[in-house]
Amino acid sequence: MPALTRSARRIGGLLAVLLIASLVIFLLIEAAPGDPASIMLGTSAAPDTVAALRAELGLNRPLALRYLSWLGGLVRGDMGVSYTYDTPVAGLILDRLLVTLPLTAMAVVLSVAIALPLGVWAANRPNGPVDTLASVFSQVGIAVPNFWIGLLLILGVALGLGWFTTGGFPGWGAGAGPAIGALVLPAIALAIPQAAVLTRVTRAAVIEVANEDFIRTARAKGLSRSRALWRHTVPNALLPVVTMLGLQIPFLISGAVLVENVFTLPGIGTLAYQALSQRDLIVVQNVVLLFTLIVLVVNFAVDGLYSVLDPRLRGRT
Amino acid sequence: MRRLPVSLVIGGAITALLLGAALLSRVWTPADPTAMNVLNRLKGPGEAGLLGADQIGRDVFSIVMAGAWTSLGVALTATILGGAVGTLLGVTAAARGGTVERVLMAANGVLFSFPPILSAILLGALMGPGALTSITAIGVFMVPVFARISRAAAMQIWARDFVQAARMAGKGQALITVQHVIPNIQAQIIVQLAIQTGLGILSEAGLSFLGMGVAPPTPSWGRMLADAQTYISGAPHLVLAPGLAIAIAVLGLNLLGDGLRDLTDPRRRQAS
Repeated sequence: MPALTRSARRIGGLLAVLLIASLVIFLLIEAAPGDPASIMLGTSAAPDTVAALRAELGLNRPLALRYLSWLGGLVRGDMGVSYTYDTPVAGLILDRLLVTLPLTAMAVVLSVAIALPLGVWAANRPNGPVDTLASVFSQVGIAVPNFWIGLLLILGVALGLGWFTTGGFPGWGAGAGPAIGALVLPAIALAIPQAAVLTRVTRAAVIEVANEDFIRTARAKGLSRSRALWRHTVPNALLPVVTMLGLQIPFLISGAVLVENVFTLPGIGTLAYQALSQRDLIVVQNVVLLFTLIVLVVNFAVDGLYSVLDPRLRGRT
Repeated sequence: MRRLPVSLVIGGAITALLLGAALLSRVWTPADPTAMNVLNRLKGPGEAGLLGADQIGRDVFSIVMAGAWTSLGVALTATILGGAVGTLLGVTAAARGGTVERVLMAANGVLFSFPPILSAILLGALMGPGALTSITAIGVFMVPVFARISRAAAMQIWARDFVQAARMAGKGQALITVQHVIPNIQAQIIVQLAIQTGLGILSEAGLSFLGMGVAPPTPSWGRMLADAQTYISGAPHLVLAPGLAIAIAVLGLNLLGDGLRDLTDPRRRQAS
């Protein structure tokens, strides 16, 4: 199949899954109890005031029409108006993304920076001290909840050593230093479980590739051990590592909701959580869709990366 | 007799301890896990009970024990339900192939894009917090995990000669799945059950930490940590006990899963 048709089909599949996910989210939120107009006006509002607001919000239109108008709005970047904040949801989400995106990006970079060297080193000297350390780290790291790591960091580092802050976010207006400083401990808490998973995958992948014939050939040609490792083994072992990184994205997002909560960061996770407790369902609906979109797009991108990292897979679906 | 894998021994022991504590807590705990005692408020380990007392003077050791029941109950129920549905989808996809397989796997893709916390937020909007919300949210995420694994494993079995022979003998897809495919993939499913129950415990703890899990006063490790955060500088012991309980429980189940895998598939021992 030509590459272009294949890409088009995959994008079509992505859009179809996204459409179904949006319908599921919309119907669940529709079925949820609580009338937005009554929530906005409070319990003391007169019935005809509530009815007028319902009409103004378009809540008395048929279900299908409201779903389509939500989708239509999304395409134009209009997510509606928050019931409790009384501002456009899209702006609210954009503000919060300025915290969550840097946080998760820092966590991904940190986890790769821990896992790659540790996993490669462990694989290079199986059963050595580093290998033992790596296997203990990957077992324990997967088992500890990231929000507990966050609490321990607050206890030991922020309160104990007085480094960084126990929580809160000064905003990017306060300068990059304080803003990034506020994200360091949360990023570590988020990164450790991810690093544990990635270390394990890296080690296994490097060991597997190192046993392949082309590595033996490279060594037989006189390539030094470390050159063969970094030039041939590691690049070929990256595929499963990248795959796992993609598969971990849902956990990274769930983790962000928890870690933001621990460090009282005004991120997208806190927004979703607060919106739920205030029954600001239009915010919940859009945030959940955004998360789903991120998960799907990342998985899509990881699939695409396969063919870049492993030319043998090109031309397969 | 072959030596048992170390991970199986350690993991099995921890899991037995967890199960034992959970069951024992139904009939006995050192103190009533819901009984308040203001005089013991925030007292440290040793001063009041083995692990100290919480912000309203409840015995921490007793709550941790009772929390094991909640945690294991939610995680195990979710994993078994999600695992059963997922495995059924997986073996069906492998048996039928074609359009059925494509549709089932696409449905999996949709489910997989809803991490437990997100489905819990959605379901929380619909049904409010509680054990049922936690179990559903965690179980939904387990479905695609088990579907993928059982489909891949079942497809390998379908390619084997004895299945071909069974087809020649005129057995149908359903009969072959029940008689040949499931018995041959059950070891892999059991390994996943152990590992995913561990993940379920992590998710349950996260949900109760956010206040979306079981309702108070039912003891829960996640909510203990949420409460502990308020008193973190004055009573750090409250942060340690529930967190360690979660970590040890998950570690035990993961080791048990790894050990079972080594036991049932010795080839994996060299590979990983």
